[in-house]
Amino acid sequence: MSNAESEKEYWRWTESRYTNPDLNWEDGDIISAGVDVGSVSTQAVIMVDGEIYCYSSMRTGSSSPDSANNAIDWALEGTGLTLDKIQYAVGTGYGRVNVPFAKRAITEIACHARGANFIYGPEIRTVLDMGGQDCKAIRCDHRGKVTAFLMNDKCAAGTGRGMEVFADLLQVHINDVGKMSLEVDEEPDPVSSTCVVFAKSEAVGLLRKGWPKEKVLAAYCSAMAHRVVTLLLRLGIEEKFAITGGIAKNIGVVKRLEDELNIKAPEPNIDPQLAGAIGAALFAKALVEKERKKA
Amino acid sequence: MITAGIDCGSKNTKVAIVKDSSILATASVLSGFDQEESAEQALNSALEKAGISREEIKHITATGAGMDAIKFTDTNITTITADARGTYFIFPSVRTIVDIGAEEGTVVKLDEHGKVKDFGINEKCAAGAGAFIEAMSRALEVNIEEMGELSLKSTKQIPMNAQCTIFAESEVVSLIHQKTKKEDIIRAVHDAIADRNTSMLRQIGIEKDVSLIGGMAKNIGFVDAMQRNLGFDFLIPNEIVTPEYVSALGAALIAKDKIGG
Amino acid sequence: MAKANYGYRDGSGEYYITIDTDLCNSCGKCVEVCPVGVLEMAEDELDPLGDEIIAIVTLEHRKKIKYSCAPCKPSGESKKLPCVIACESGAIYHSW
Repeated sequence: MSNAESEKEYWRWTESRYTNPDLNWEDGDIISAGVDVGSVSTQAVIMVDGEIYCYSSMRTGSSSPDSANNAIDWALEGTGLTLDKIQYAVGTGYGRVNVPFAKRAITEIACHARGANFIYGPEIRTVLDMGGQDCKAIRCDHRGKVTAFLMNDKCAAGTGRGMEVFADLLQVHINDVGKMSLEVDEEPDPVSSTCVVFAKSEAVGLLRKGWPKEKVLAAYCSAMAHRVVTLLLRLGIEEKFAITGGIAKNIGVVKRLEDELNIKAPEPNIDPQLAGAIGAALFAKALVEKERKKA
Repeated sequence: MITAGIDCGSKNTKVAIVKDSSILATASVLSGFDQEESAEQALNSALEKAGISREEIKHITATGAGMDAIKFTDTNITTITADARGTYFIFPSVRTIVDIGAEEGTVVKLDEHGKVKDFGINEKCAAGAGAFIEAMSRALEVNIEEMGELSLKSTKQIPMNAQCTIFAESEVVSLIHQKTKKEDIIRAVHDAIADRNTSMLRQIGIEKDVSLIGGMAKNIGFVDAMQRNLGFDFLIPNEIVTPEYVSALGAALIAKDKIGG
Repeated sequence: MAKANYGYRDGSGEYYITIDTDLCNSCGKCVEVCPVGVLEMAEDELDPLGDEIIAIVTLEHRKKIKYSCAPCKPSGESKKLPCVIACESGAIYHSW
């Protein structure tokens, strides 16, 4: 990967796991799981009757099946719950067909809409997901069912990977990028919003001109926000509007896109990076119910 | 009558000095962040090689992505015009020109008099141009000059999923982890970029003879892949100037035209 | 109304094929006429709990749609795209 990997790992965001202290899986009826194997991060969410029981979020390794297994093992750690007791698991994300224990793979577009509906509520009609290697705009109804989508996974612009490239270039830890980008007196002109390769060349030029890191970060966050706004406007935005995916945690991008759209996105009280896995776990539950009806 | 053409490319700034209808000298310098300074350096380098002084140049014409940054030129022309003039001068039979540089690719169609009859397709996506090869060479830790040669040594064709330079870097890294042979990866890289450019060429319509110019024309792996895709050989300049100087040559010739030379 | 937009925007432009999954009647003619194999019939991925089969752009082509569709879009000629003409219900649309 980049040279930074051997020195300081600027791109390494924090991994996490959690167990809900208020739930006991043994009292539950339907235990379902959703695993979102992204190109950059993997999340595993286990739900008991549609409520979050435990989860984990970690960096995806070089093998999708291993990443899925590691994520679910870590999520289950210390809970006493084991994989065999999970009635249905759904895989989603880039590596969805490689989740060994999943009965079904469902596209992350459907899962993110469902997950956003869970995290932010049934008023949500437009979801913006900025993942590691893709960027998508989704329109949904009050049940979290998709009515339209626009996705860009061809191009690094507007994705987490693009942001990592910049964190590396400027030697800033990815967690600090958003905050630092807001530490400017005047908002600079954005760099190229259509190509990370060009944006990077431009950024090197700006650094040589003496621009401080904060200003260059501001220029890139601004470019990224602009790109994402273009995607959203093309699809059409209906409120309420919510943001999911890793980059929801980058306030430099979030604030700028809110300003450009003149819409405020609600703050989540659940990690927005979990939206895909949550949606998958909810579909898993629905599929158990569907199977029961047939029987 | 001596004139000069400066091609301000995104990666390299190239200069050609022309006297009447022959090349006196060419020079190439990395395009730094001060485009004007790079142009000066390239020009001075060419002057030295030609053994002449700056005052002897009667007219300087610039072309290329960064031409507007340069204040000391007499005229500016588009890459399309420069490519047409330069390539037609070398190969009067050319009707389609494919110019692939570091960051963009252009296709130009000419009539029998060398006049541009269809403007080129501009491809501002690094994945279709030299930047792609360069990024891959870094990820593979291979010298960029060796990339073409190595791709020809491949024994297996493997697909490449990523369509973006940035993502392709990650894909290459994971291929290396899977112990894939470097030659096969390099071949896949060249096939990918050739496929993209072939597609665009077919879209504009191919009329022979076809000439390939620009920095990428020096990459034998790329040329091989393109020729295989299309089923015929390209005209690639080599004697009068090498492919990367054709634009600058065209600009120098237009400079000559401008002052009635 | 469910609109699936397949494609991307990159440094060179914006390229999307839109298929309206509600209008699609699963006739499959678009798949037959496409010379490159850009389209296929598959389960509606936007409706995982349902069972409908509709036309989609294959995963392989989504990221290079500009190149895949280039043979049907010669520059300088008016667009008469085979897939759009073949579609009985007008569910397919190209943005470029």
